[in-house]
Amino acid sequence: MEATTYNYKVVRQFAIMTVVWGIVGMLVGVILAAQLIWPDLTFGIEWLSYGRLRPLHTNAVIFAFGGSAMFAVSYYIVQRTCQVRLWAEKLAAFTFWGWTLVIVLAAITLPLGMTTSKEYAELEWPIDILITVVWVAYALVFFGTIVKRKTKHIYVSNWFFGAYILVIAILHIVNSAELPVTMTKSYSAYAGVQDAMIQWWYGHNAVGFFLTTAFLGMMYYFIPKQAGRPIYSYRLSIVHFWSLNFIYMWAGPHHLQYTALPDWAQSLGMVFSLMLLAPSWGGMMNGIMTLSGAWHKLRTDPILKFMVTALSFYGMSTFEGPMMSIKTVNALSHYTEWTVGHVHSGALGWVAMITIGSMYYLIPRLFGRESMFSTRLIEWHFWLSTIGVVLYIASMWIAGVAQGLMWRAANADGTLTYSFAQVLNTMYPFYGIRLLGGAMFFSGMLIMAYNVWQTTRQGRVVNDAAIPQAVHA
Amino acid sequence: MSDFTHGFWSIFISVLTVLSIVGTWIFLKSQTTRKLAPGEKPELMEHTWDGDLRDLNNPLPRWWLGLFYGTLVFALVYLALWPGLGNFPGLLKWTQLGEYEAEVQAAEAKFQPVYAAFMQQDIPTVAASPDARAIGRNLFLTYCSQCHGSNAEGATGYPNLTDGDWLYGGDPDAIRATLTDGRSGIMPAMGEALGAQGTKEVTHYVMSLSGRTHDAALADAGRPKFAENCAACHMPDGTGMQAMGAPNLTDKVWLYGGSEGAIIESIAKGRNGVMPGIAQTLGTTSNKEAKLHLLTAYVYSLSQQTK
Repeated sequence: MEATTYNYKVVRQFAIMTVVWGIVGMLVGVILAAQLIWPDLTFGIEWLSYGRLRPLHTNAVIFAFGGSAMFAVSYYIVQRTCQVRLWAEKLAAFTFWGWTLVIVLAAITLPLGMTTSKEYAELEWPIDILITVVWVAYALVFFGTIVKRKTKHIYVSNWFFGAYILVIAILHIVNSAELPVTMTKSYSAYAGVQDAMIQWWYGHNAVGFFLTTAFLGMMYYFIPKQAGRPIYSYRLSIVHFWSLNFIYMWAGPHHLQYTALPDWAQSLGMVFSLMLLAPSWGGMMNGIMTLSGAWHKLRTDPILKFMVTALSFYGMSTFEGPMMSIKTVNALSHYTEWTVGHVHSGALGWVAMITIGSMYYLIPRLFGRESMFSTRLIEWHFWLSTIGVVLYIASMWIAGVAQGLMWRAANADGTLTYSFAQVLNTMYPFYGIRLLGGAMFFSGMLIMAYNVWQTTRQGRVVNDAAIPQAVHA
Repeated sequence: MSDFTHGFWSIFISVLTVLSIVGTWIFLKSQTTRKLAPGEKPELMEHTWDGDLRDLNNPLPRWWLGLFYGTLVFALVYLALWPGLGNFPGLLKWTQLGEYEAEVQAAEAKFQPVYAAFMQQDIPTVAASPDARAIGRNLFLTYCSQCHGSNAEGATGYPNLTDGDWLYGGDPDAIRATLTDGRSGIMPAMGEALGAQGTKEVTHYVMSLSGRTHDAALADAGRPKFAENCAACHMPDGTGMQAMGAPNLTDKVWLYGGSEGAIIESIAKGRNGVMPGIAQTLGTTSNKEAKLHLLTAYVYSLSQQTK
């Protein structure tokens, strides 16, 4: 007997955990921001030192918050746009518990100092294997559902999800090739500059495919849904999908400008990063132009505000990225706070805001309600987030450019004008503004948690969402 | 440097790169449709998903296409001028290493006159010049302050350079040697040889050397053990040996702390103090000799002021 309802359970589990991990990850971020101002904040406890918490923050925000959001929305969207129930539901349940276990293990091992020391891939080899198993299960569930779809064409969101699932699998396996020496220690299979290149091929594409491609898939469903308008251009979605995925793969070397990486690889990293500008903006265009004819909704609908602001930050950071990859710009910006600002305009402005907007659409539907408990609180959340991000990135821009200029400033006798400590001292006010911005963004998440809790309390768990029988063309 | 292990890879990456850029161009061209006539509505695609999800089929925006083509042209021009296509060095023959070496050479030429006069003078004379000290201080802040502190007063494990107490000697030649090649001060761990009680006894003897409050009975028991295990480096009277960098234990200066606990830790676990050679840190930067000369003079001047 064929299923007549969608599987909302696994979607709901991941959606709730998205909010939980968002709070955890951002709280750690706020603590880190404060530690940069008050280094003794955590009483010298080694588990809470900056070096241990920093990978916990990045992993929690990217893989716990972002990852759970992606599982939730991809499972939801693939079912609804294929008009079938999820394939291999036990495997889908396994991905929830498996992924959550990965996150819990990360939260234990990283503070203990167990790390491969590869950025965004710090987790040690047993956890790497678990990630691989969960990810293969995810791929099976997702592509299995696509295969048994009722609709003739595959919806655009699913192209993006498919690309992200495939590429992340390749990236993770190649970058995590390592030789275990004990249960908690391994060494990379690569050495020297090759190791650095593999690491940044992975690192940049983690940004490209985890935080861009995947979340564009999210955008392509929730914006037309929330705006009630057709997508602006089918053709543009095809062209920017293929060009984005193809060109992203080449851009990793821009993380290694002016290093031991051979000149030719640095140049390729730079020119392909510049070629990435138009494909990146294709997604922003398609999202924003989808609103034409529905602009008035922006005045009253904070969910749509979240989504459109997310696209604006997306457009801004995908302009900034290619600019920073230019060698002369990179010579100034690299290793400074500017990079930190850039990452956060992407992570907070784009990833978090599109996720938050989408969750405000999704969560009431998973709990049998028309809308969230309070639209006013969404409005509050929107303004706290927006002002928070702006404070964050503006302070880091100023700090980063000042830092870069101070590092290279030279006296008439050829000595450096500023010592490291003097430059650090100049950073304090900007660290303060950044902390304020981060704390505002974090407090918005707490408001969201309250709103979600009230919504679930007054709603009911939906397990009977019917699959329409009539199949569209 | 291109670092290819075989000539094939240079050709492989060049062909792949050019094909990718040209292929992207052809793909864009093939997807470009005519502009909508004024007032013409874009086509609405026939598929529908999840009730109401539909696609319009607007043509690719012209400014967006222009931007895309522009970056492709930029890429091709850039790769013709700069290294990027395998072993092809680019028409400008630019290399990262070449740029660096040119900058160092320019700095040599530009700043050499600033240093020339000081290079003719001996260290005490340079140290007496406020101008030289100002340069030396900047160099110190860049290369030394991370460990020795901005005021050169050090920290636990990092010697104070202003107190006139020297592990390896404070004359110009000794300072210059310390700066140039670095120092490695190794105090071996004596915990096993002495045992817990023995360590404590020697500790109290060491405390007695500088006239600190100590347990006389323990110190007496520690005296022969000190003579047997420690005197070879720290000398029988505990005044240390600069040739080895063995600290003087009779003064009030304690590199790793002078409390009973800190001394016990030093004796039981040993210490391993490393001063990196600045010659290596300076690497291939410009006016290396002059920088060493001025740094030596600055460090020398620090302890001269306190005398």
